[in-house]
Amino acid sequence: MSAGTLYDKVWDLHRVADLPGGSTQLFIGLHLIHEVTSPQAFAALRDLGLTVRHPERTVATVDHIVPTTSQARPFADPLAEEMLATLEANCSAHGITLHGLGSGRQGIVHVIAPELGLTQPGMTVACGDSHTSTHGAFGAIAFGIGTSQVRDVLSSQSLAMGKLKVRRIWVDGRLQRGVFAKDLVLHIIRTLGVKGGVGYAYEFAGPAIEALSMEERMTLCNMAIEGGARCGYVNPDATTFAYLQGRPHAPSGEAWERAVAWWSHLASGPDAVFDHEVRFDAAAIAPTITWGITPGQGIGVDETVPTLEQTAPEERPLAQEAYRYMDLQPGSPIAGTPVDVCFIGSCTNGRLSDLQAAAAVAKGRQVAAGIKAFVVPGSEQVAAAAEAEGLDAVFTAAGFEWREPGCSMCLAMNPDRLEGRQVSASSSNRNFKGRQGSASGRTLLMSPAMVAAAAITGCVTDVRELLAA
Amino acid sequence: MSTRPARALPSGPIRQHRGRGVAVVGTDIDTDRIIPARFLKCVTFDDLARGAFADDRTELGGAHPFDRSVHQEASVLVVNSNFGCGSSREHAPQALMRWGIRALIGESYAEIFFGNCLAMGIPCLSAEPATVRALQEAIAADPGAELLLDLEALEVELESEFVGANRWPVHLDPGPHQMLVSGQWDATSQLVAHDAELTATATALPYLNGFR
Ligand code: SF4
Repeated sequence: MSAGTLYDKVWDLHRVADLPGGSTQLFIGLHLIHEVTSPQAFAALRDLGLTVRHPERTVATVDHIVPTTSQARPFADPLAEEMLATLEANCSAHGITLHGLGSGRQGIVHVIAPELGLTQPGMTVACGDSHTSTHGAFGAIAFGIGTSQVRDVLSSQSLAMGKLKVRRIWVDGRLQRGVFAKDLVLHIIRTLGVKGGVGYAYEFAGPAIEALSMEERMTLCNMAIEGGARCGYVNPDATTFAYLQGRPHAPSGEAWERAVAWWSHLASGPDAVFDHEVRFDAAAIAPTITWGITPGQGIGVDETVPTLEQTAPEERPLAQEAYRYMDLQPGSPIAGTPVDVCFIGSCTNGRLSDLQAAAAVAKGRQVAAGIKAFVVPGSEQVAAAAEAEGLDAVFTAAGFEWREPGCSMCLAMNPDRLEGRQVSASSSNRNFKGRQGSASGRTLLMSPAMVAAAAITGCVTDVRELLAA
Repeated sequence: MSTRPARALPSGPIRQHRGRGVAVVGTDIDTDRIIPARFLKCVTFDDLARGAFADDRTELGGAHPFDRSVHQEASVLVVNSNFGCGSSREHAPQALMRWGIRALIGESYAEIFFGNCLAMGIPCLSAEPATVRALQEAIAADPGAELLLDLEALEVELESEFVGANRWPVHLDPGPHQMLVSGQWDATSQLVAHDAELTATATALPYLNGFR
């Protein structure tokens, strides 16, 4: 049993009651909602005759279904329009703040809450979206929930939860140039497996983690769920506080000093006890990319697609399914694999530093002939900041399209999607069969810089070669 | 299109279930496969049955277990490990439930999927790989055989004139187990009942009180 970890401390602070059956009623400090997983929850609330317990602790935005070309209302897709209209009606009926299109604050839910200072250390954060683990970057305990639980949070500002075990993932050393948090997390998932984290919260710690910026920590925690861990977190430190200071919802004045003191004492102490620990060496990690149909099927860009013999016996049926679906030969190098579509965006890698890293590769170069490449900023604020430093011009000069913010081709609920058997180089988080909108479309996950490199060369390329040139 | 019987949605204590099985074989079957994202464009869950495994079914052109006529009455889904990983979409278990599934037996489940099923009154029972294999083989040999799930004893029994009678243990953690058999699997009423305790917890949280 873990003890003295940030997870344990935050858990204890938010306990409301013990429930029959052994679960715990946990207070939820911040509830985020969007148009896809909330309408049925509001409908259930109406059916049960319940109201929203703490409307000021729920914040809404619209991200999954919004088009990234024209965002004029009504949307061309009547179903998307109905979903947005339903969210607007529910928010106004219940007094919930909605950061809508054109507000200057709209964007992917996991991008906007941190940038508005809503996400803070020591909070419990819930959202009807599995990548809620992102918010753990701040030392919050943040997890995705289903629609029935969205109803529970709306009606009671709490959830029935079972406590997780805590695994510390300690990362020594430093990431090399051209290797990013995305590569680190793909490497971790490749090593521990997509179900390795089931039943655990992941605490990311060690010198390599302390050296990461807040945006990199968000990328890391974002994909904890792809490793099976419902939440992942980094202990709050000076980097965390510097990011938060001055944000619209961050504490200010005298409260700021008190907040920093409280946040600091929440971090896992030197005597913290973990249920399990693993270690990695950041310096040994290459740019990492997926070749298969789960985020765990990853390899270094300088490696070959694993053969069946190189695959653990229990993973072989999945590997065979992946060879067939991806049409990749076991034993062949992944570098040089041709791609059709290059997508930079998502809650994993749609923040300013992601766009900067991709622009550094694209600058002064041209997207290869026949490649469709596009950049979707994670939020209106990210878009504005990127435009202020001319990144949009860098991308468009190189032949990328510069789009409006949203989830876009991460899950293809809007018009951005793969066609047929197209292969995408994608900075998003899931390479599941059919994920990017075509039932036979193929996805290679990688860092935004690697996506930019693929766009320039037309095939999977070690970005370090372009950075050296 | 379908001859599947209309089946009441779960309510009250869930102590037993009797029904035919349908096996969907494979590890790490994610919720994007259980229901592709385009079916998520909806403001109610009512119409989701058609989205269940939609892309896999198209790909297999009628040969998917959910399309085979022998399984149209099935209500127990037998799966392998890490079933329901990926997206938190409750649309996935909703699609299965609206197709007719009332219980799952499998090697293991992703946590959010398990919790979503629990909140709908759908037990996700875990079983040894050998048990799952035996069930999958038995269903293949005799799709008409009925499975009897005893939630109180945590056992599954299969009776078939072709494959004989068999009984296997299944597992469910004590918390979810108690919630299902007592009928308290829908947490909302319990949560709203603790209003005074909720206020006490909130009052003590520094970030709700100017960090005083
Ligand atoms: S960007 Fe992708 S993973 Fe993130 S919230 Fe949107 S759809 Fe989900």
